[in-house]
Amino acid sequence: MNAPTPPGSERAMIDIVDLHKTFAGNKVLTGINLTVPAGSTCVILGGSGSGKTVLMKHMIGLLKPDSGKVIVDGQDIVPMGVEGLQQVRRSFGMVFQAAALFDSMTVFENVAFPLRQHTKLSEDEIRVQVRKRLDLMGLKRAVEDRFPADLSGGMRKRVGLARAVVLDPKVVLYDEPTTGLDPITTDSVDDMILTAQKELGVTSVVISHDIASAFNVANQIAFLSKGVIVEHGPPEQLRQSQHPAVQVFLQTWFGKN
Amino acid sequence: MTTETPSKPNRFTGAFTQSVEGLGKGIIDVVSSIGGVVALGLDVFRWSVRRPFRLHNLFTQLDFVGVGSIFIVGLTGTFTGMVFALQTSTAFALFDAESLVGPTVALTLTRELASVFAALMVTMRAGSAMCTELGTMRVTEQVDALETMAVNPVQYLLVPRVLAGLFMVPALTMLFNTTGMTGAYVVAVFGLGISPGTFLSRTQQWMAPADVYEGLIKGAIFGLAVALICCFKGYNASGGAKGVGQATTEAMVASALSIFILDFIVGMLMH
Repeated sequence: MNAPTPPGSERAMIDIVDLHKTFAGNKVLTGINLTVPAGSTCVILGGSGSGKTVLMKHMIGLLKPDSGKVIVDGQDIVPMGVEGLQQVRRSFGMVFQAAALFDSMTVFENVAFPLRQHTKLSEDEIRVQVRKRLDLMGLKRAVEDRFPADLSGGMRKRVGLARAVVLDPKVVLYDEPTTGLDPITTDSVDDMILTAQKELGVTSVVISHDIASAFNVANQIAFLSKGVIVEHGPPEQLRQSQHPAVQVFLQTWFGKN
Repeated sequence: MTTETPSKPNRFTGAFTQSVEGLGKGIIDVVSSIGGVVALGLDVFRWSVRRPFRLHNLFTQLDFVGVGSIFIVGLTGTFTGMVFALQTSTAFALFDAESLVGPTVALTLTRELASVFAALMVTMRAGSAMCTELGTMRVTEQVDALETMAVNPVQYLLVPRVLAGLFMVPALTMLFNTTGMTGAYVVAVFGLGISPGTFLSRTQQWMAPADVYEGLIKGAIFGLAVALICCFKGYNASGGAKGVGQATTEAMVASALSIFILDFIVGMLMH
């Protein structure tokens, strides 16, 4: 079930250098250094309040750091203005914790939204593209006309991923994709992440505190504790880690299983 | 005894300090909110003149704010005109000046009441919906989702709503004028027996186009203010369902207050 090692994954898709961020005197990130190779799946693991979401928001330019660099596909996005960031964001897709689907739109309209905003495709072409992504996520035609409120948590996540990949992004960010899901749905979300990597070749960054899911999907895991990455490497390396924070965290799962 | 005596002034001082602190915090909050609304207004203006122009979104909001408010504004206007004609006729009858009912109602409606009431109706019906919808989108990360999809939320969500407020409140003010005068005419002519010719000619004699323009300018200013306030509160909502509810309450209070305060300021500047 482990993620396949991505081919040619030496080139860095995301490179974070000495990133610092403070909110109202509270130091959240205190010198993050992280490299995510192109085509790989990197899981950022850490407890609640460790700064995972803040780190992810920096990757897509939703937050500006106090200092440091966020280099995406060779470009430092920190000094960029709104226009530059909008251009960079077109190469990103993001799956939110609660999917963040537009509740006034149907499933079809949600997935078609990025195509309608950024392409000049005809309605027929949009239909083809949307159905292709929905099929990839294992969603049947019947859900197309349903509203997000009528879907289960797992289905919402799938629609969220279909929307995130519809413009063929280079990077997909997943914000706590398995939080609050039952084990079977968690498994299907893991499959969905692996499918996106395998079928679409995207670079994936997953933030999570779900250890089992992290070991299922990751090529590499970065462990975030007190605002710094204290361990970073393949899943096996993390299991051998001598860092006390990592050991305590992993014991909650491996200690019991 | 010796231990209790010093605590009395302390308690008083504490309560006084707390009151002053509360007042200061309130003032800072108001000033910071006004600053936030003005900054948002500038941002909305900046994004309203940039491509892409999403006309579909604009027409959807024009329909929601304007067309959707026709019934309630028309009804309010009719009854306001009727009541006003009834009450003024009672007063004017004391010195045989019922012929002034028409111009009095007309001047009051066009200069003051129509724009104020139309803006209040839009605040209650459309402003609350704008604030709640934007607030819900904010707390459920739908606004963040827009940003991650390289769609500017100010341009996509706020520009059409603010433009709808700016354009449709003056239009609804005109509707209020029309229905209000119709209501006043019906009560004055059919209810109180005032001659139709007197009602219309006196109204025409006392009214000037500038009176109507004043109401329309006020309507545009109120519409802009109400839409900006409701969008600002909703767009910056936080703290789940409770936060959205609180933002909507604050938006309603701030919008209603701003209408009356701006009415005085604009009225003063125009006269």
